[in-house]
Amino acid sequence: MDKWLRSERMPHMWCPGCGIGPTLYAWARALDRVGINKDKVVYVSGIGCSGRGSGYLNVDGFHTTHGRAIPFAIGIKLAKPELCVNVISGDGDLFSIGGNHFIHACRRNNDLLVICINNFIYGMTGGQLAPTTPRGQYATTAPYGNIEHPFNTPHVADASGAIYVARWTSIHVRRLEKSIAEALGMKGFRYIEVLSPCPVNYGRRNKLPEPDDIAEWFKQSSVVRNGAHTSEVQIEKDKPLILGNFVKRVEKPTYYEGLKKLEERVRGER
Amino acid sequence: MGKTVLTGKHFWYGNIAIAEGAIAAGCRFFAGYPITPASEIAEHISRRFPQIGGIFVQFEDELASMAAILGASWTGVKSMTSTSGPGFSLMQENIGLGAMMEVPTVIVNAQRGGPSTGLPTLTGQGDVMQAKWGSHGQYEIIALSPDSPQEAFDLTIRCFNFAEKYRVPVILLASETIAHSAGKVVVPPEDEIELVYRKKPKVPPEEYLPYKPDEDLVPPMACAGEGYTITTTGLTHNEKGYPDTTTEAQEKLVRRLNDKIRKHRKDIVDVKEENMEDAEIAVVSYGQVSRPAKRAVKMAREEGIKAGSIKLITVWPFAEHIIHKWAKQVEYFIVPELNYGQIYLEVKREAEGNAQIILIPRMGGTLFTPREIYQEIKKVNKK
Repeated sequence: MDKWLRSERMPHMWCPGCGIGPTLYAWARALDRVGINKDKVVYVSGIGCSGRGSGYLNVDGFHTTHGRAIPFAIGIKLAKPELCVNVISGDGDLFSIGGNHFIHACRRNNDLLVICINNFIYGMTGGQLAPTTPRGQYATTAPYGNIEHPFNTPHVADASGAIYVARWTSIHVRRLEKSIAEALGMKGFRYIEVLSPCPVNYGRRNKLPEPDDIAEWFKQSSVVRNGAHTSEVQIEKDKPLILGNFVKRVEKPTYYEGLKKLEERVRGER
Repeated sequence: MGKTVLTGKHFWYGNIAIAEGAIAAGCRFFAGYPITPASEIAEHISRRFPQIGGIFVQFEDELASMAAILGASWTGVKSMTSTSGPGFSLMQENIGLGAMMEVPTVIVNAQRGGPSTGLPTLTGQGDVMQAKWGSHGQYEIIALSPDSPQEAFDLTIRCFNFAEKYRVPVILLASETIAHSAGKVVVPPEDEIELVYRKKPKVPPEEYLPYKPDEDLVPPMACAGEGYTITTTGLTHNEKGYPDTTTEAQEKLVRRLNDKIRKHRKDIVDVKEENMEDAEIAVVSYGQVSRPAKRAVKMAREEGIKAGSIKLITVWPFAEHIIHKWAKQVEYFIVPELNYGQIYLEVKREAEGNAQIILIPRMGGTLFTPREIYQEIKKVNKK
């Protein structure tokens, strides 16, 4: 697995207990197991702690602007379709500033694997409220408790047309790797949410300060329901965390395939 | 397969000329969003690209469009977007990313009345300073401004060539006037069109450093999927492309990103000087104001007034050496602009007190007539 890491950049900058490392390792192992040519793998990241990942993995990596990883990745994929393009980013980057790009990429069925490392908070900037922070939890910009309802991101992806939707956590490494491998074998917009601990900026303010407190919460509260309807997997404080492979649709033409078919028609080659 | 270069004589709207110029330049990826008065560029390309195997996408907004063209360029494909003021504002952050990552790409801004929603269907030159300073931080871009559909065709090709040569986003500062007026455009044979492509690495992957510049301050560019395992970031970075957020790395990188353009001023700056040999009054213009200015100078000369014209084809970097030179000879520079004084400020500074500068401002909307500029020349001449 050494070939997948830029070892000269170790140690990485993530905190003890952070789930980004295990998630990226599961992704690299899945790529390795499936046998994807490393030279054709592209990793596009956004801004945040997860954004730093593209500089640690030994593949073509692009650390782009906040919220814009998905359209950047679409540009890469459409211009050079033989590449295996992956977006791995955080919940704020993908669903707050990046939300519009996320739903449109789903809608167009752009051929991308998008992994959201959801730590329920804006970690890098010190612990501000995220669109995924559970109601009632605390953040630096919600010092009296969050009054908003968070996104149910698998449901957003499902409703927008994603062909593969799953949710695991960074401690469910084997099932996560299997899910990623399954997604890598498909074409179209594929989405995997990975719940991840952020002890320093989420846990500490929400009674889960130690590096393995959140991991323990995941372990105790999670329940696997493969095939669950995404409208029923909302994350709520003190309710079970529902994990699983939720959606696997029959593949439909990707944006690129649609474009190529159009081209054939226009050029009268059919 | 459709024809790429439409060699021959045409009567084209500026927007069509820009689209065809991009195709002739080898652009095969376009991402855009509708906006008056630039929409026809996207519409025309949406029709032409399927004929020639290009990729056209109308994205959900200008933010996505700008991000996508950077991504596409990273695979080695020439890319472009087009917009007007409000969209240009949205693109600024990723223009900065393009400058920082050193990505060749072209952005067309068909300027209209501003600020904000402004005058969607009328002309302006209000975005000139924004083209240079629009994104945060200290960086340099190149901006060219056409005065006709023919120039729109030619300069679009030149934009792509500069983008590739200097690994920088290049802006075509067009306008509603040029976008929506038609004129003769002569397209040369394909083999007569000189095209530039980015420098590729001369060393194998193990020896390659993504941001190690050559003598010309431009690093050779390996692209995604070529086995070079490139890494790049918007963070301040070192020659390996790794984040290096130290003062030393910042100083070195930012200086080079700017010097990369500044040092090649003579190659990049292009002006057209007419009647300047004995000129006492020089009219400095650019873009859609150039042709009325040229006619105004002709009218003045017919009356024996020693007027001359300096047309800035390159707006950024600014033609400071041209102004330095003529400031020693002329008494007055007249700067007609469809704004409240933007290039005027550059001319005034670079004249260094050797000449007086008269601004003829119009906030935008309608173009100057030659007579309006000629009257200002006459007024100045009487002084």
